Amino acid sequence: MGAVQSYRLRLQRKRWRIRAFRKRRDLTPVVQRTGSIRGSDILVFSTFRNEIIRLPYFLKYYRDMGVNHFLMVDNGSDDGGREYLAEQPDVSLWGTNASYKRARFGVDWLNWLQLKYAHGHWALVVDPDELFVYPFCDTRPIRALTDWLDASSIKSFSAMLLDMYPKGGIADVPYSRGQDPLEIASWFDAGNYSIYRNHKYGNLWIQGGPRMRAFFADDPARAPALNKIPLVKWDRQYAYVSSTHTLLPRGLNQVYDEWGGEKASGILLHTKFLSTFGDKAREEIGRGQHYAASREYLAYAEGVTENPDLWCKWSEKYINWRQLEILGLMSKGNWA
Amino acid sequence: MTVGILLLVHNAFGRAEQVARHWVKGGCPVVIHVDKKVPRETYDRFVLALKDLDTVLFCKRHRCEWGTWGIVAASQSGASLMLDRFAEVRHVYLASGSCLPLRPVRELRSYLDARPQTDFIESATTADVPWTVGGLDAERFVLRFPFSWKRQRFLFDTYVEIQRKLRLKRRIPEGVVPHMGSQWWCLTRNTLTAILKDPLRREYDAYFRRVWIPDESYFQTLARLYSPQIESRSLTLSKFDFQGKPHIFYDDHLQLLRRSDCFVARKIWPHADRLYEAFLDPSEQAMKGAEPNPGKIDRIFAKAVERRTRGRTGLYMQSRLPHEGWENGFSSAPYSVFEGFADLYEGFEDWLARETGTRVHGHLFAKDGAEFEGRQATFAGALTDGVKIRDYNARRFLTSLIWNTRGERQCFQFGPADSQIITWDLAKDPNAQISVISGAWAVPLFLANEDFALLRAEAAALQKIESEHLDALRSPHAKARIRIWTMAEFLEAPAEALQTVIDEFPGSTGRKLTEMPRMVDLTGFGRFLQNLKNQGMDPYLMGDFPVEGAPRPAATPLRRKRYMIR
Repeated sequence: MGAVQSYRLRLQRKRWRIRAFRKRRDLTPVVQRTGSIRGSDILVFSTFRNEIIRLPYFLKYYRDMGVNHFLMVDNGSDDGGREYLAEQPDVSLWGTNASYKRARFGVDWLNWLQLKYAHGHWALVVDPDELFVYPFCDTRPIRALTDWLDASSIKSFSAMLLDMYPKGGIADVPYSRGQDPLEIASWFDAGNYSIYRNHKYGNLWIQGGPRMRAFFADDPARAPALNKIPLVKWDRQYAYVSSTHTLLPRGLNQVYDEWGGEKASGILLHTKFLSTFGDKAREEIGRGQHYAASREYLAYAEGVTENPDLWCKWSEKYINWRQLEILGLMSKGNWA
Repeated sequence: MTVGILLLVHNAFGRAEQVARHWVKGGCPVVIHVDKKVPRETYDRFVLALKDLDTVLFCKRHRCEWGTWGIVAASQSGASLMLDRFAEVRHVYLASGSCLPLRPVRELRSYLDARPQTDFIESATTADVPWTVGGLDAERFVLRFPFSWKRQRFLFDTYVEIQRKLRLKRRIPEGVVPHMGSQWWCLTRNTLTAILKDPLRREYDAYFRRVWIPDESYFQTLARLYSPQIESRSLTLSKFDFQGKPHIFYDDHLQLLRRSDCFVARKIWPHADRLYEAFLDPSEQAMKGAEPNPGKIDRIFAKAVERRTRGRTGLYMQSRLPHEGWENGFSSAPYSVFEGFADLYEGFEDWLARETGTRVHGHLFAKDGAEFEGRQATFAGALTDGVKIRDYNARRFLTSLIWNTRGERQCFQFGPADSQIITWDLAKDPNAQISVISGAWAVPLFLANEDFALLRAEAAALQKIESEHLDALRSPHAKARIRIWTMAEFLEAPAEALQTVIDEFPGSTGRKLTEMPRMVDLTGFGRFLQNLKNQGMDPYLMGDFPVEGAPRPAATPLRRKRYMIR
C-alpha cells in the first residue's frame, strides 16, 4: 500500500472520529454507571430498538461469559426495554430518537462511546441478537481469551456472523422472553460461504449462508456481509468504519493468516430468525432505517411466503464451539 | 536435606503467595524475587502478606525484562541468599510465580534425595536445538545486544544488522562452550556454589550481560563446567508456541496435567481456580512416584502450533485465507473429474457410483446450475445448485464441496459446455484426478436431431473451448493427475482405459470391473464427422474415424489434419 493510500485512510479515520464526536449530541444519558468501570473490565457495546424480549437472555449470556459492564444505546424503544435496562446494576444506558441510518447504523454512536469509555479496555460490540462464541468458551471465561490475546500481542479478534434458523417456518415456534434462542433457532449452514479480500481495508468479505441462498440467489453480490471483528483492545484512535465489518487503522483488519496457517477466531451466532422476525421486518420496512434500504427485510417481505422455512436437508444442528471448529467455521489457532 | 524454591514473581501476587505457602508447608524454604518494576506499595503489601512465615525471604530486586540480564541477576541474588541462609538446602529449584506444583512436595523431595548429585538443567549446544525464535541461535553468543527486543525493536534489529555487516564478533571467554535450554532449572548446592563463587565470575557475567536471552544460557553454560552429573531436562513442564511464548494452562487441562506426572507446570492462568484448588490441596493423593511423562501434553501443543503455522489444507475461512501458492494444497482431499465419459456412456454416473461406492455428481459447473448427485437442489454444507451463487465464487464452491464431504470421495463430470471458470484451478490441483475423452462432446450433437447448421456452429464452439481446456491440462503448471484419450484412442480399448482410471481410486487396487457401462450406438458417427468436415469445420479432437461403418478406428495417433482443397 502506497503512502498516499495510507494517508487517505488516516484522514478517513479522523473523519469518522470527528463524526462520532459530533453525533455524541444525539445521545442523552439515561443511567450512567460508568464510574464503576475498573481498569481491566471487559465491556460490551450495543445499540437496540424494541428488543425487550431478547434483552434478559442477552445480559445473562454475556454476564455468564464474564463481561463486566454493558454500555447500551436505546434508539427509541417503546416496549419497556429502556426501563428494564435502567434497573440493571452493570448497565450504562443512553437514549436517542435520532436517525439510526444517519448515525451510520449506530456506528457513530458506539464509536463515540468507545472513544470515551473503552480506551485501554477489551470491547465487544454485539447486537442483542448476536451471541459470541470463542474457542473453549464452555470452560474458559472471556478473560482467559483476552489475557491470551494480550500475551500474544493480538489487538483484534474475528468472529464471523453465523445465521441460525429453526426447522420449519420461522414463525412456527414462538420465542418467549428470557429463553435461550438457540433452543429454537438451532440450525445453520456449515459450508457455503464465499470469501474475498477487500484490498482497500485489508479485511475479508464473507457472504453466504441461509440469507444468501434464500433471499439473494439472483444477486449474490448484494448478500449481507458476514465477516465481523467484534472484539478489540480499544484505543481512542480506533474507529469502526461500517458496522463491525471494518476497522481503522487497517492493521486491525488483519485477523486472518495469509501464509497457510490459521489464526484463532470465533463465531457470532445470529439468532435473528425467530418468531419475532416478522414484526421486526414490518417495522423496519416502515422506518427504512436499515442497511441498503432494508433490502434484506424487503427481500424477505417479497418472499413467496410470510413464514419462510430456511431449513434444508443439509442444515447442521448446533451443538457447541468444538463442532464449529471441526467444521472449519472458526479456529483455535495456536490457543490450546 | 531439602530443596529450596527460588520464586521469580512479577504479577498475580495472590497466586504467588498461595504457592509459596504450599512449598513452605511441604518443608521447602522459599526465596522470592520481585521484579523491580513492581510498585513499592504492591511489593510491601506482598511482603507483609507472607510475614508470618520465617522460611520465606525476599532477595535484592532487579529489573527484569524478557531477554535481558535482569532475570539472571535475580536468580543469582536469590540463589546466594538461599545458600547462605538455609544450610539444609541441597537442591535449589528455580520457578516463577505462575508455576504450579503438580505433585505433592514430598514426592519432589524424595525424588531429589534419591539423586543428590544430579543437576536438572536442560542444556544443549546451539547447533543441536531447533527451537530458537527470531533466527538468532549461534549469533546470540557472538553479537552484542544492548537494546530491548520488546521496546526498541528497530534499534535491536539495526544493531544486529550493523554487526553482521561489519562482521563484528565477540570473544567468548576461554573454556566456555555456549549451551542453551529452558530457564527453569534445579541445581545442586555444589554446582551453584561453584558458579557463584567462581573467581572468573566477573568475566563471565560481563560476557553474558550482552548475550541475548542470557537466562536461557548463563546457568546452562556454566553448569557444564562444574556439574559432576547433568540430567539435561527441566523438571518444570513448560511448552512454547511458535513465537517462543509459553503456553498457558487452564481449568480444562486438569486431567491432562494430572496424568503428566510432572513436578511443576508453567504457566498457569492466574484465574484457573480449579487448578489451584486441585493441586494445592494438602490431601492430594500421591501420583505413584512415576517419572514425568508429558507426552500427551506435548502432542496437544505441537498440534496447536501446527494449526497456527500450516492450518488445515483445503479450508478457507475467516481466519485462514492463504495467498495463492501458500495453501499447502488447493483442496482438502482427492476427487475425480470425468470429461466425455457421460457423453459416451448411458447412465455413466449410476454405473460409476455402483462400481466405486463414491459420490458421483453430474456436471457441477453446467451452464444452467450445478448438477448434484440425484439432481438435488442442495448439497453438503447447504451448497445450492443456483448458477449465480456458484459462479459468484466458483473456487470457494469447489473447495467447500470437497471440504464439506471429507471422508467421502467426490466425482463429477466436466466438459466444454460447462462454465470454464474453474479450468485452471482443476489443472493445478494435485488432488484432482482428471480423465478426458477428448471430442466426446460431439456424441450428443450426433444424437441430437437438429438443424445441421446450428450443430456445426456449436461443434466449432465446443471444440475451441475444449482445446483451450486441454492446453491448460498440458501446461507445465498443471499438477493434477491427468489422462487424456482422444475418442478414437479410447474406443480401441475402453474397458482397459476405464480400469486404469478406477484403479486409482482408494481401496480398489486389483479389483476387476464387474460390469461395463452401456455405450451409446455410434453407427453413423463417422458419417456425422465427415458431414461436419464437408461443412468446412475440422473436428480433430476426437481422432480419426472411418467415414462409413461401425467406429472401428485405425490405431492412428492424434494428428491434426490440415485443410486440403481438392
